[in-house]
Amino acid sequence: MEQIEFDYPSKRKISRRAHIGVVGSGELEVLLEPGEGERSHVFIRTSVHGFRDTWKAVMDRFFAKYDGVVRIQINDAGGTPGSVMMRLEQAVEVSEQ
Amino acid sequence: MITSRDRTNFLNRRSFLELDARGRAAALFDEGTSRELVGPFDRVESPWLAIQDVTPQEDDGCVVMKGKIAGKAAVVVALEGAFQGGSMGEVSGEKMTAALDLACADSEKGILTSAVILLETGGVRLQEANLGLAAVAEIMASILILRKHAPVICVSAGTVGCFGGMALAAGLSSYIVLTREARLGLNGPEVIEQESGIDEWDSGDRALVFAINGGEQRYAMGLADALVEDDTPQIADAVRGFIAKGLPPIHRSSQVELYRRRIGALDTSRQWDPSELRRAWGTNASEEDKR
Repeated sequence: MEQIEFDYPSKRKISRRAHIGVVGSGELEVLLEPGEGERSHVFIRTSVHGFRDTWKAVMDRFFAKYDGVVRIQINDAGGTPGSVMMRLEQAVEVSEQ
Repeated sequence: MITSRDRTNFLNRRSFLELDARGRAAALFDEGTSRELVGPFDRVESPWLAIQDVTPQEDDGCVVMKGKIAGKAAVVVALEGAFQGGSMGEVSGEKMTAALDLACADSEKGILTSAVILLETGGVRLQEANLGLAAVAEIMASILILRKHAPVICVSAGTVGCFGGMALAAGLSSYIVLTREARLGLNGPEVIEQESGIDEWDSGDRALVFAINGGEQRYAMGLADALVEDDTPQIADAVRGFIAKGLPPIHRSSQVELYRRRIGALDTSRQWDPSELRRAWGTNASEEDKR
């Protein structure tokens, strides 16, 4: 298991949290909560080693569109970049319902 | 023969199997009455998985919800089959035990609280070995106390089914609800094949596995109380029905003499066919006991 953390500058306050997914094979769990200040924090634990650059590319792309101040925790059991992005977008959708 | 009505029913079904544990638990409550206890944001995860290089899940694969079913107080504990095979660890086991004990405490105060356990599990989580075994023992003890007051209903819908120590827990429950996609058994087919060889049981033979462990067979043998389709309203109806019915006159696991007699009468010198067992044991157990 590998732990990876990233920080991104953010501005917009959000009020609702969201929980999505299951730590099953090829799947992941996303916990998205309101953060503090003007910075978003991402904490990833993944069962697949050696993909830090790929995670960074996915999170860079996510935060290029998303501006909420959040704390995101991802528990991953081998999700592909595509499924990671879909789960993140699903979490955002639930938090903005 | 498949009729056009069967086809329409199939297409209109709301699959229970396709829901995750949280979705399954929530679907059983009267609308707007449920709330989750010790949810993922409380971050009560297994302390043992990360040190063994396994990614934990924030609810440890065990969802606890409290609310009302058929207007009566109820707690639902759902195991997530997709996380570590729904296995029972220290945390998931303690969540289930605590939920059952709180239901028992409420029942003793006069607020009868039924428990519904959604079992998709291979049993004890091997990474937590003895703690998982201890958890199963505590769950069984808690079921035995709660079932004096209010029914404990176990549901296994599939696709994992219910095996290992949690099958023993299911055996202690007041009512068991299964679908055709569910399997119920003590040692799973893979375990038997691994321990006794492929001649004993070919776990890849799905027809054989379902002929023995499958929900339809278990129901026909009198080891389950309802066989339902993979349809959320049907499963919720079955659960509501048993909660409304209250405690059974006698629990299945208390019918020791009946089952001793049945097992004693089995001729083990030859291979039995699953359909023969249905005929031999299929009568409703409590009716046979009355005779």
